[in-house]
Amino acid sequence: MPAPPEEPTAPAAPAEAPALPAEPPPPLTTRERFRRRLGRARTGMGTTVVGIFRRGVSDEAWDELEESLIAADVGVEATLEIVAGLRARAKEEGVRTGEEALALLKEVLRLELSVADRTLHRCADGATSVWLVTGVNGTGKTTSIGKLAARSVRHGDRVVLAAADTFRAAAAEQLELWGERAGARVVRQGPGADPAAVAFDGWQAASAAGADLLVVDTAGRLQNKTALMAELSKVKRVLEREAGPCDEVLLVLDATTGQNGLAQAKAFLEAVDVTGIVLTKLDGTAKGGIVVAIQRQLGIPVKLVGLGEDVDDLADFDPDAFVDALFATAAGDGDTPDAEDRAAGER
Amino acid sequence: MFDALSDRLEAVFAGLRGRGALSEQQVDEALREIRLALLEADVNFKVVRTFVSRIRERAVGAEVSKALEPGQQVVKIVHAELVRILGEQSAPLDLGSRSPAVVMLAGLQGSGKTTAAGKLAKLLHKKGRQPLLVACDLQRPAAVKQLRLLGEQVGVPVYAPVESGDPVAVARASIDEARRLGAGVVIVDTAGRTNVDEQMMAQAADIKAAVQPVETLFVIDAMIGQEAVAVAKAFQEAVDFTGVVLSKLDGDARGGAALSVAEVTARPIKFASIGEKLDEFEAFHPDRMAGRILGMGDVLTLIEKAEEVYTAEEAEDAATKLLTAEFTLEDFLAQMQQIKRMGPLQGLLGMVPGMGKALKDVDLDDGQLARVEGIIHSMTLAERRNPKLLNGKRKKRVAAGCGRSAQEVNDLLRSFEQMQQMMKSLGGARGMKAMRQLRKDPDLAGALGGGMPGLGGLGGLGGSGELSGVGGGLPGRSGPGSGGRPRNKTVPKRKKKKRR
Repeated sequence: MPAPPEEPTAPAAPAEAPALPAEPPPPLTTRERFRRRLGRARTGMGTTVVGIFRRGVSDEAWDELEESLIAADVGVEATLEIVAGLRARAKEEGVRTGEEALALLKEVLRLELSVADRTLHRCADGATSVWLVTGVNGTGKTTSIGKLAARSVRHGDRVVLAAADTFRAAAAEQLELWGERAGARVVRQGPGADPAAVAFDGWQAASAAGADLLVVDTAGRLQNKTALMAELSKVKRVLEREAGPCDEVLLVLDATTGQNGLAQAKAFLEAVDVTGIVLTKLDGTAKGGIVVAIQRQLGIPVKLVGLGEDVDDLADFDPDAFVDALFATAAGDGDTPDAEDRAAGER
Repeated sequence: MFDALSDRLEAVFAGLRGRGALSEQQVDEALREIRLALLEADVNFKVVRTFVSRIRERAVGAEVSKALEPGQQVVKIVHAELVRILGEQSAPLDLGSRSPAVVMLAGLQGSGKTTAAGKLAKLLHKKGRQPLLVACDLQRPAAVKQLRLLGEQVGVPVYAPVESGDPVAVARASIDEARRLGAGVVIVDTAGRTNVDEQMMAQAADIKAAVQPVETLFVIDAMIGQEAVAVAKAFQEAVDFTGVVLSKLDGDARGGAALSVAEVTARPIKFASIGEKLDEFEAFHPDRMAGRILGMGDVLTLIEKAEEVYTAEEAEDAATKLLTAEFTLEDFLAQMQQIKRMGPLQGLLGMVPGMGKALKDVDLDDGQLARVEGIIHSMTLAERRNPKLLNGKRKKRVAAGCGRSAQEVNDLLRSFEQMQQMMKSLGGARGMKAMRQLRKDPDLAGALGGGMPGLGGLGGLGGSGELSGVGGGLPGRSGPGSGGRPRNKTVPKRKKKKRR
């Protein structure tokens, strides 16, 4: 029997559909790219989620699933809730075989990650759109902006970048190099300048030139530094005073981040009302499971993923591929004979 | 989210005091809590598994100490084991005798290598060494420029002959450059790389072979999650690092990764990066980290400090007053002054278990304390005892007297009143929960940066037994700060009543 198709929980399926019309597919669609990259980072690395339920549905299998989710950084609280819900449903629906359990699991997780809208918002009337990019230190804000700019320019947009990270040494230079690569103009001031002033200049330049998109880079800041968070709120206030509401406020989150990711999302949501997450560095072994907890608790959707250092390595988020990848190696790196068995069984 | 481990263990062991040895079942329950706490702190799940089984061996059958609650006893065992894994003492940088001594940095993208290089240069420079920074990150745009700027700020030379090309050649050539400049230490910054990028990992190994570093430091972000183990193993395999730098420790991550890395690589954590400024870089303290992972705070230091400044009578007095409505602005001022004697407020609160978390977002700086003090100082004694006296005219006078706005005076009074209400209705020991409530109420927390009401909780710390759940692993400590047994018999009675 196939998994019961989304019954009381209908919005599951259409979730990923709107992600695509955002952009005409390049030769390799971002989705293919996403899957391929994730695959590359993970091939030959042991079990997949299929292995967990290979021997049917049992207490051990549920425990193992729990462990896999925790190992993927989904977090204890979210994991316990998800697995408990899953078990209840499995019991209710009389799920017996591993395949059914698997289908149910995927359905539930996809539901967790489902949102109505994953597109990057643009200004409706064709005026300059404003995207503000934020995050803690070292998550890849500047790099993501570089890629974002390249993507938009290729799409035919005129893009202006504002280097409002005036704190980190050479951040503006880094953005300038990206601007050159991407064909976007970069607005900057000297080191130590007021970031809100740079954002203001960026808006002036972008709107005067009739640019389609202004992307504002900001300095990395740890979310528990109140003064720095207030500074960020000011950047947004100044932008919105000039340009009206920001079309996107993106939080760049490192996929290796553990439970602190939730605290980050909370704090940035509070300070600048984050509208989406860019999950970077998914080309490593990290799964980025914390975004599941973030979406559960705060409802912030992942919009983009970073898959590498190349200018093209920024893709739309694909919940299916993400869910598959969550379990790629999590069930054990083959440290127990049991896990090796299963891995062998897979092949 | 979860409370500090010590609180949770208290709950497990409630009512078990003084019943001889710990039974297996009790230990199992405690171990479950420990497991959850460690996972919440991002310790890798496999590391948690081995860790917990070791704790079990040590805990089952352990005599229940007379001085400690069973929960505290388990916490003590856990803490000791954590410290053992993290390293009993801080491990210093060992630069050997060869000159130039080479230190190489490696790690994932964005872990903070370049910044750590600058900070390390500053630290060594301050100690009288002559470091040379070498720019081998030829991957990230403007990384070379970043290192040049850091070198300028620190006042040390930077060897950065190329912006792109072969980092191995740059590394090799840097040794001669160091000899030419007479630099005794060479710090090699490398590009960030993912652990699955074989080519880049091989390059890191090549750089290492070219410069033969005496120390190879693996830089890892304190916020990293479960992947810490896989990443650390991969880097150990590629460059066999000699020590670890834990970066971004000034954030609020619990930093369980430190335990994961120390456990699987058996390499000491040598440095902690604790701020954005170049001198915010220090030796790593295993004991503090253990407390942080457990969400315990630095209890020992806090109790020592509290003992230094609070006399038993003062503490008792404050606690009684706090739980009745008699707590006045005058008492408040006195408490504030005692707290000030204990050192900077933010640091102090960070040491309080549970509190650290509860007050994390509440911005308590000592400047605010001074402002509040100023406002109270501008009131007459009668006004301090009975704030209701303060009408518009008096408020204006107070505001003028301390040079603050009438708005600030109002904010203080409002916060104080709310605090009074809160304490009265909740009792001291529940202050923590109230604090959490406070954070959810932006209006309230916004008043004076949310700082004021928090102080009430601190007052409660003085002697109402607030710290009793906290004194985990502190046998025989029942100084005025640590509470343990409340001295004032009326206090617990009252609290009990309120709680029902």
